[in-house]
Amino acid sequence: MAIRISEPFTQDAFKDLRAGDSVLLTGTVYTARDAAHKRIVEMLDRGEETPFEISNSIIYYVGPTPAKPGRPIGSAGPTTSYRMDAYAPRLLDLGQLAMIGKGQRSDEVMDAVVRNGAVYFAAIGGAAALMAGCVKSAEVIAFDDLGAEAVRKLYVEDLPVTVVLDSAGGNLYKEGQQAYLESAAK
Amino acid sequence: MREIDVKIIEEKIAGMCIEANHFLDDDLKDCMASHLAAETSPIAREMLESIQKNIEIAEEGVFPLCQDTGMACVFLEVGQDVHLIGGSIEDAVNEGVRRGYGDGYLRKSIVRDPLDRVNTGDNTPAYIHYEIVPGDKVKITVAPKGFGSENMSRIKMFPPAAGAEGVKDFVVETASIAGANPCPPIVVGVGIGGTFDKAALMAKKALLKPLNKPNESEFYSEMESEILERINKLGIGPQGFGGRTTALAVNIITAPTHIAGLPVAVNVNCHVSRHKTAVI
Repeated sequence: MAIRISEPFTQDAFKDLRAGDSVLLTGTVYTARDAAHKRIVEMLDRGEETPFEISNSIIYYVGPTPAKPGRPIGSAGPTTSYRMDAYAPRLLDLGQLAMIGKGQRSDEVMDAVVRNGAVYFAAIGGAAALMAGCVKSAEVIAFDDLGAEAVRKLYVEDLPVTVVLDSAGGNLYKEGQQAYLESAAK
Repeated sequence: MREIDVKIIEEKIAGMCIEANHFLDDDLKDCMASHLAAETSPIAREMLESIQKNIEIAEEGVFPLCQDTGMACVFLEVGQDVHLIGGSIEDAVNEGVRRGYGDGYLRKSIVRDPLDRVNTGDNTPAYIHYEIVPGDKVKITVAPKGFGSENMSRIKMFPPAAGAEGVKDFVVETASIAGANPCPPIVVGVGIGGTFDKAALMAKKALLKPLNKPNESEFYSEMESEILERINKLGIGPQGFGGRTTALAVNIITAPTHIAGLPVAVNVNCHVSRHKTAVI
């Protein structure tokens, strides 16, 4: 059974999630890929205000396809997360609650997840048409020149994600593989 | 000499970019279904079912299969009795891609320079591969390639002594290192032999082969089966959450090579293994 989490997003709702939990998210998430992360971190370096409040935010690593007329967004599946590894610990230390992407993370990101009681979710890579239906509104709020990589404010309903890294140091990529290998050996 | 206006090729490519991004071929869907039937892990089954649902939604024609609608890889087999008229073939291919990605609301994912990284805004230029073949037809294949999986691809120049075992180990190791990154279940294209660049091209072309036909060579057909079995014993599973189905298929293409070399390239594709072919 999936756990439903709705905004306002707080650390309380996320810190007890464990690797392997299925979650349906409802609320505001912000999109950013590596180009946007780079600019956000540069803004922080210069002491400027970021396009959205990092604290208590959820960032979805996605560069959607253009919206067709009458639709809020096009296809919107996760991009590979390791490209954000260089920037993620800094944002987590500023209070970012969760990341949504796919694929392995660095030790630094894993440590930052534990240190901050955050969580790393995986969305279903390549099931972008399925997830597009969960996005109810989308608005570019920064870096319009980046096109698909611009920062968007999305309102999502029941976005299906799976906990990969949790605040207790759990890692679904390790545990899931190990559990399968153990069951296959029986 | 048959004359073909490049405008016809442009038109065709525009439509194929849109079609390839919404409709997968039956061989892939059948392959997915047979792997689902053999999958035992509940979370893996759930992921495969979601992927199947995604394919159905994309077929409605509104949302592309994946938000990474890829770099447009275009393969042209031009008959030597064909005379292309009406302008430059390269311009026609790029115009077709520009129109297809614009009209189809597909993502523009190409940057003009690998280091200054400014988006070209229309998904051009395409990667174009030309081949001159006998006959008076033009065969066009459009294969939009996503880079989550492309980034997990590898190439290695082995010494001949590495042999078949070295090749097999390298392909399995590539899938293992890739893990969850390329959106498993993956399709694996392998190029063995040729030169450094030829091996990579063969690996990419291997991704265009049907998934339901064994290799023409019995030896390589057995190698494909063995590699697939080994990859599916890694336990990575769909999306890397654990399970049997890490790869859907392995296809190999080989070529003669030098006495001193054994080039091996592995091109990784995700489960959204897109390609459409047309003959003019």
